This record gives sequence, C-alpha cells and structure tokens, in this order.
Amino acid sequence: MIALGQVLEVLIGGLMSGVLYSLVALGFVLIFKASGVFNFAQGAMVLLAGLALVRSLDLLVARGFSPWTAVILGIGFAAAIMAITAWLIQRFVVGPLVNQGALTLFMSTIGVTFVLEGAAQMIFGSDVYPLRLFPTDVWLLFESHFPGGILVNKLDVWGAVIAGILVASLAIFFQQTKTGRALRAVADDHLAAQSVGIPISWIWFVVWLAAGLVALVAATVWGTKLGVQFSITFLALKALPVLIIGGLTSVPGAIVGGLIVGAGEKIAEVFLGSHIGGGIEYWFAYVLALAVLLVRPQGLFGERIIERI
Amino acid sequence: MRMPDTGEILLQVEGVSLAFGGVKALRNVSFDIRKGEIRAIIGPNGAGKTSMLNVINGFYHPNHGAITFKGRTRAEMQPFEAARGGIARTFQNVALFKGMSALDNIMAGRTLKMRRGLLWQMLRYGPALAEEIEHRHRVEEIIDFLEIDAIRKVPVARLPYGLQKRVELGRALAMEPDLLLLDEPMAGMNLEEKEDMSRFIIDVNLHYGTTIALIEHDMAVVMDLSHRVVVLDHGVKIADGTPDEVKKNQGVIDAYLGVAH
Repeated sequence: MIALGQVLEVLIGGLMSGVLYSLVALGFVLIFKASGVFNFAQGAMVLLAGLALVRSLDLLVARGFSPWTAVILGIGFAAAIMAITAWLIQRFVVGPLVNQGALTLFMSTIGVTFVLEGAAQMIFGSDVYPLRLFPTDVWLLFESHFPGGILVNKLDVWGAVIAGILVASLAIFFQQTKTGRALRAVADDHLAAQSVGIPISWIWFVVWLAAGLVALVAATVWGTKLGVQFSITFLALKALPVLIIGGLTSVPGAIVGGLIVGAGEKIAEVFLGSHIGGGIEYWFAYVLALAVLLVRPQGLFGERIIERI
Repeated sequence: MRMPDTGEILLQVEGVSLAFGGVKALRNVSFDIRKGEIRAIIGPNGAGKTSMLNVINGFYHPNHGAITFKGRTRAEMQPFEAARGGIARTFQNVALFKGMSALDNIMAGRTLKMRRGLLWQMLRYGPALAEEIEHRHRVEEIIDFLEIDAIRKVPVARLPYGLQKRVELGRALAMEPDLLLLDEPMAGMNLEEKEDMSRFIIDVNLHYGTTIALIEHDMAVVMDLSHRVVVLDHGVKIADGTPDEVKKNQGVIDAYLGVAH
C-alpha cells in the first residue's frame, strides 16, 4: 500500500526538480525563438557562468569582503563575463554567418561548446567548487496529516520562484516590446528583418546575452545543488526531452515540459522502478519525448508547423 | 502612357561593378532614379537585376563604383542603415515573418519609428502605450489601403501567395520610405491579382508620392506602369529611357530574343 504522503512528496520533489530542468531549457528556447538557431552551447554557458561566479566569490570572500557584497560583485562579474562571451560569439561566430542556413549555425554552436568548455576550465579551473547561494536544508510540511510529514527542499522552492520570475519577464519581453518583435522577426527571416531596419548584429548580441544571463541563473541554482563542475554541461542533455515535450518555440512550454519530465521520472522511478528494476530515472524522459514526437512533433506548446505546397 | 517625371535625382548609381568570385554580376552600371518616378529595371534571367537592388539596399557591397542617395555618397553600408535612410523593399520570393500575423508583419515595418524604451514597453503604460496606439493607426490605414482588413489576424504562412505579396508591400509602406524597391511584385500572380497590384503601385506613387524602383518580367505591366526603364543584360546596362524608346531599341530586342554574341 502506497501512502498518500509519499505520493505527494515524490510528486512535489519531481515538479521542483522539473523546474530546474526548465531553467536550462529556457536558454535553448530563448535563442531558438530569437534566431532560429538551436544553441548546442547552452550547457557550456551554464558551466562558464557557474565557474565565473563561484571563483570570483571565493576570491572576494578570501579578500575579506562581506558575504552580501561578495555575492553582488560576483554576480556582476559573472554577468560581465557572459556579456563578453555574447559579444565574442556574435562578432566572430554567428555574425559572419548571417543569412546562412539553420544547420550551419547549429554546427557553429557545437564549435562554440568546445571552445567555451575548454576556455572556462583553463581560466577558472576544473575542480568541483561548492556554491552556497541558497539554503539547502529542508522543510517538513503537514506533519500533523502525514506520518513524518512531506519533505520539501528549500533550494527547489527557490529554483521554482526564480524560474517563475524569469518566465514572466521573458514572456512580456517577447510579446510586448519592440525588441521582442524584432527578435521574432529576425528568427523568421534574416533578409526581411534587415530590410525593415532591424540591426541584426545588435539583436543577436541581445539574444546571446539573454541566453548567457539565463545560463547564469541556472548556474546559481544547479551550482548550489551539485557544486559547480564539468558534469553541469550534461544538463543540456536533460533539457532536450524537456524541449521536445514542451515545444522548442515556447517559453511556457519549457516550464510545462520541465514539470512533466521532473514529475514523470520521479514517479516512474519510485512506483514503477521497484517492479521492473530501478534506473528508470535516467531514460524515462527520453522515452516520453519519443512518444510526444510521434503524436505531436511540434511539442505541446510549439507553433503548428504549416507547410504550403 | 504616363508622362515621365523630371524631378530632382533621388538616387544615383555610378559605375557599379559587383563580382562573386569569377562571376561578374554587374559591370560598370550607371543610372539614376528621380524623385517621384516609377523606374523599372528589366532584363533576361541572370541579368543582374536583383543584384542591383541588393546593392542599393546594402545587402551586397559593390567592388567598384558609388551610390549617392539623397545627395549623400555613401561608403559601405549595412541594410538596416539603408532602411534608416528611407529605403524599403520587397523580395522576389516573399520574405515575410511567417509565424506572425499580417498585422504584426506590417507593425514590424514601424520598428524604426518607435522611440520609447524597453522598460516602458514592458510596462505597457503611459507614453509607450500612446505611441503603440499611434503606430497602430498608421498601420490600420495601410491595411485599409491595401484592402486586407479581413486577413489582418491570420498568420501569413496560411495566406495565398498573392495576399502574401500584398502584406509584404504593406510592411514596406509602413516604413514610409522615400524609395521603395519592388523585386518582381507580380511574379506568380494571375491576371486579376496583377491588376490589383498595379493599381496599388500607381496609388502609392500618386498618393504618397513615393519613388519606386521595380523589377518585373511582365512587359505589358512594365510599359504601363513605369516612367523610365533601364535594361540590363549579363550585368551590363544596354538601354535606358522611356518605355517607348526601350521597346524600339535593337539591343534590347536582341537580348530578349537571344542573338548569338
């Protein structure tokens, strides 16, 4: 007999970790929406942002700065690093490839991945660096209703709040502003966008900067959870099924996709895993994504693919 | 037959050459476009017509030669700077923002005219909102003018080709350009659609006084619409003059009928 308290606990834990997947998936969606490029380098950008943050924090604290000052300066430094990275990518990689096909641009981001991973570790080091930005202890809720209560990780709650704020501001940015409209225009057609006076190089800088900042946000939460280390780049792989399920062009889709993946894999692990042998967590999301691809190739929230013949 | 305009020169192309590797797309081409006229650029396939438009609005940078627009000879220029200077265009293969509605596409043409900052727009409050409404008025006028009210909220990818071309013209008009470049505005249209489009082009020229340079293959349309015609063949200018003059030009007849060179 499975207790209700356990179901709730697994579900809440799953949803929360799903939000963290969404944080990474958001970076992908952002670049894809705004430039039609699938940015393979998003995972590497999370690593770079995390390393820049954690190393500058260590240095600042060692120099005797107060924790709050150190955090503010550290985040500022990491954001500056992401801005420089965005500028370099725009200037030397995607800029010269304006008007090229999406596949060409995708290939170039694979190159960017290796350069970023190498450069980040060369400059900032390649150990595991613990990051303590958010509380990592737990709450026990509803102890009067369920034996032992429901365990909720405070870090996960922080992650959810941050993701919510991020999504709200991104949605407004894309739908309601001139720059947002320009971003969508650039994604649809480079030539046409330029012809109505949209400076494509500036727009791309804005896009890569935004993706870099989203990577930084993801790095603060994931870094606190796992420590900042190379394996953080593999998060990008976990974001793939989230994107396929939610739809590559939808900000809300990234969130819902993340929730489905997070909750689904935890529930499957706990309640199915015992019957067919554990480890479901590692492949469940991909099978789910495959199923979605068969039924709805554009994802749950993606734009309908319209083909005129 | 419409009378050629004798206004001042708006755009001057002088000795422009353009090569892609060994392929010479344009060779020492010179002509001018006068304020208020409809100027046609014609020629057989591969004559360099689209390359010429691309040079004018900054997609291509000529290897030699100079372009003077509104009295200013310009150095290498980016397309968005051309747009800023008042040059709008449409494309041979419709280049719309496919995911967006007809309305949003035309609004995109107003990009340059919006002044309020990002923050105001995100808040959708105060001056930014007023500005958005004002632009929306202008866009609705254009929608009205092009008779596309019924499809304003439809994603453009779903529209038939003729209407897509019309939306594209609307987007260019929304920029309130001084010079409008139309690359085969009637390609792939049936007779009725062609007549509509001709009417819109003449109306734009008359009502808004917009100077227009257009590429078109339908000779009847070209002869009807344009004040002056420049003819290109293999990247070289072979004739320049009123439709009647061009029609009688032996070089032009040879180029179209294909005489052994």
